[in-house]
Amino acid sequence: MVRFENVGMRYGMGPEVLHDVTFAIEPGEFRYLVGPSGAGKTSLLRLMYLAHRPSRGLISMFGTDVMMARRHELVGLRRGIGVVFQDYRLLAHLSALDNVALPLRVAGAKEEEVQDHVSELLAWVGLADHIHALPDSLSGGQKQRVAIARAVITRPRLLLADEPTGNLDEMLGQRLLRLFEELNRIGTTVVIATHNQNLVARNPHPIMALDSGELQLGAAMEEAG
Amino acid sequence: MARRSAAVVPLGRDAPSRFLPWIFALMVYLAVLALTGVLILHAAVERWQRGEVDTLTVQIMPLENESEEARMAKLRSLLGDVEGVSGFRTVAQSETIYLIERWLGAGNVPSDLPLPRLVDVDIAPGYGLDAETLALRLQASLAGVTVDDAKLWLDRLADFGRSLELLAVAVVILIGLATVATVVFTTRMGISIHRNVIELLHLIGARDGYVAVQFQRQAMILGLRGGVLGIIFAVATLYGLRHVAGRLETPLAPDIPVAHWAWGLLAAVPVVTAVIAMVTARLTALRELAKMP
Repeated sequence: MVRFENVGMRYGMGPEVLHDVTFAIEPGEFRYLVGPSGAGKTSLLRLMYLAHRPSRGLISMFGTDVMMARRHELVGLRRGIGVVFQDYRLLAHLSALDNVALPLRVAGAKEEEVQDHVSELLAWVGLADHIHALPDSLSGGQKQRVAIARAVITRPRLLLADEPTGNLDEMLGQRLLRLFEELNRIGTTVVIATHNQNLVARNPHPIMALDSGELQLGAAMEEAG
Repeated sequence: MARRSAAVVPLGRDAPSRFLPWIFALMVYLAVLALTGVLILHAAVERWQRGEVDTLTVQIMPLENESEEARMAKLRSLLGDVEGVSGFRTVAQSETIYLIERWLGAGNVPSDLPLPRLVDVDIAPGYGLDAETLALRLQASLAGVTVDDAKLWLDRLADFGRSLELLAVAVVILIGLATVATVVFTTRMGISIHRNVIELLHLIGARDGYVAVQFQRQAMILGLRGGVLGIIFAVATLYGLRHVAGRLETPLAPDIPVAHWAWGLLAAVPVVTAVIAMVTARLTALRELAKMP
């Protein structure tokens, strides 16, 4: 599903932030991406959700070579990926419903379906009473749940989450993990970038460890084994 | 009950969205005035050329020792013998006084002012008869006769009118180009301001066309809003000009505007402006979005 081979990445003319990253993720896997701040977790996720092209190496998403793909071909690939951003990236002028509905609307879904599905999903994440609330009126945890709902509304094949429990207490973090595991059970491949060691310890899954832009394969194999 | 969704890219809250309708209003105002100028000049040039072609005017200045009626009879006789004259009409003295009153004002023509007698002469095509030839023929038998060819100076006037017409068309084109440049600039600015929103839309699978629709819709709305404003001011100005032109009381004064279809054309200017804005915004947005990852 996801294959990286000797991938390097830099921002503009700056130094390389990822070096020779090589790994593969099969459909239905659940993985953690761990590492200290500045290790390159967000950069690696940016490559995976196609916000950035690598400076070298090969990336294959859903069997498509990203380096060779034309711009319009990336649209189809992106629609198969749900992303929970570290800073949520909710649109402040749109209600919770409209934020969650965005991926459906850009894909051209019918408005009746959009309303039904979004309302149902917001109720499922416990925000039935906040459907028309603007993000600024929501708490950190509520914003995070809106962001998660937006990421999963299209039932993506791959779900990427960048520090999804960062602003949640222990109990909410655990609840969120169970939600991700539930999605994983019904077929969604999940990659979670986190530095929350407690979370990883209590909910064990294979790990990809990044340090100074390099993937520590030993750690990944050890945890996976 | 479903609420109306807000625009995905909040373009309506930008500074460009606040000033753009006024820019469009100004553009439409200037374009309508320039276009009206084109229509007026076009109609006037056509009228000048159509109305006076193949007509010469013979003037007989009054002489102290000769009877005016005798000289007029001789002139009619001479004109009847000239080959190429297909007909003539003696202009009544009251008409002559009326023409002079246009310049001096009604009732201001002194009764003792020596007035020429005028005869309009129709020239048959194909005889090569011009003002100079006719004057020579008439002056050989009759003193105090001159012949005016209105076509000569009307042709010069028409040439000047056509030059002004071209200038006005150039002004309309320049206004269109300025509108396009303004939309290009504001669209680029909008993309720059909302880069984060657009990047998010791309990441959740939006095509460039979906994002471009946000910009083209906004440009069309602002174009129509500004266009309506501009045409209201322009129509008010045209009515003012029409009132002033009506007081000129000269047969050469043009009509403002010229015809019903011309009003239709002027009314289409805001719509055309909105379409230009929409198309320009779409093309600009697509070109800029293609540079994004």
